[in-house]
Amino acid sequence: MNLTLKIWRQSDANDKGKMVDYKVTEISEHMSFLEMMDVLNEQLINKGEEPVAFDHDCREGICGMCSMFINGEAHGPDRGVTTCQLHMRMFKDGDTITIEPFRAKAFPVIKDLVVDRSAFDRIQHAGGYISVNTSGNTQDANATLISKHAADEAMDAATCIGCGACVASCKNASAMLFVGAKVSQYALLPQGQVEAVDRVKNMVAQMDLEGFGNCTNTGACEVECPKGISLENIARMNREFLSANVKS
Amino acid sequence: MSGFFKSSIGRKYAMALSAFFLMFFLLQHFAINILSVFSPDAFNEASHFMGTFWAVQYVLQPILIFGVIYHFVMGFILEARNRSARVKKYAKNNGAANSSWMSRNMIYSGLCILAFLVLHFIDFWFPEINTKYIQGDMSGLLGNGEGFRYYEELAHKFESPLRVGAYVIAFVFLSLHLMHGFSSAFQSAGASSMRKEKLQLFGKAYAIIIPLGFIFIALFHHFNHH
Repeated sequence: MNLTLKIWRQSDANDKGKMVDYKVTEISEHMSFLEMMDVLNEQLINKGEEPVAFDHDCREGICGMCSMFINGEAHGPDRGVTTCQLHMRMFKDGDTITIEPFRAKAFPVIKDLVVDRSAFDRIQHAGGYISVNTSGNTQDANATLISKHAADEAMDAATCIGCGACVASCKNASAMLFVGAKVSQYALLPQGQVEAVDRVKNMVAQMDLEGFGNCTNTGACEVECPKGISLENIARMNREFLSANVKS
Repeated sequence: MSGFFKSSIGRKYAMALSAFFLMFFLLQHFAINILSVFSPDAFNEASHFMGTFWAVQYVLQPILIFGVIYHFVMGFILEARNRSARVKKYAKNNGAANSSWMSRNMIYSGLCILAFLVLHFIDFWFPEINTKYIQGDMSGLLGNGEGFRYYEELAHKFESPLRVGAYVIAFVFLSLHLMHGFSSAFQSAGASSMRKEKLQLFGKAYAIIIPLGFIFIALFHHFNHH
């Protein structure tokens, strides 16, 4: 496959940045999108040009590092995949592919396609955890009974890899699917109840502080989420937030 | 509850609550207006009751005005905040791939409804307030004293094809607004997805039937006067 790539180039956070056109040749349809980017970067290095900076780590859809807004969609046109799992067979020979960084005020561009998603870390630090005594006499986890339904739903919420596709896809750059998933995974389990009130209040407060937009229920996040996190998690977070504010 | 309504989720609840109230108001407005098609007398009776009963005039009407203003003002505030959350726009954004046109353009359908409300207030509400509270005529009767004035006023308004056209366009936008807004309000209020599927179906029916009904009423009176 021969492709034309329109890629956002930005040398650092202060640079204005611009779209730059590149040609890549001899791309196999079996390559992943990141492998195609590797080929492009080799070509650029051989020509003595600066390679395109992009985030990646596990390359098996688990870590949530690879981002990229491809042809107007987070992680490209395929469903339920991260960019590393996106295959070039989703495109046709001769295509022009537009590649941009995830755009949000809370996700500032560091360089080219790399954005700073540490806002998610700060939201997690605000309450996305449970406090457990690990002094050596911790009780057996199986001693706490949990219904199969609750365990399944909590696990579904916990599959969020914090990639930020929800923010990138949302027309409002809202982080509510991410925060909803993190709140839900604890709200559904007995271990999460002890700190439930402070958790949702603190995580929502941090989310608002980071400058994410407000959810208007378009559902774009759910469609683009590589892990299929459901909008139900946002509804649950809303219920938790109301309940927490009524309680204290 | 301190700070609840300043938070992003608190504002979602507030938008949803005002939406519930406005959707209920729309339903009762339709129920009364449709009477004008079947029975002018029943329409006159209902209009006179709504226009003169103290609880409607001094309790529900102020709540309605507050609800309308709140829904619009908060809509604009949220839109401004949401726009500021993405300073640099995408060069290519395929919104249609993951969301409905209605859900992405609530501000525009809302602005059309606001423009309609200005026309609607000039047409009906301001003259009504003038007659009742400035001129002090609470009788609800025609100038010649022969029967109630409400049906005559309504039918007269829909003589103009321009006004009827404006009403039809406005109700199409109201339908688009409700198409997303109805289920969105329930989602914001925390309705679970199990109930949401039925709610979405009900919401779509509401979003089509009610505006279509209002369009029918406008067209009915327009063509019955020609």
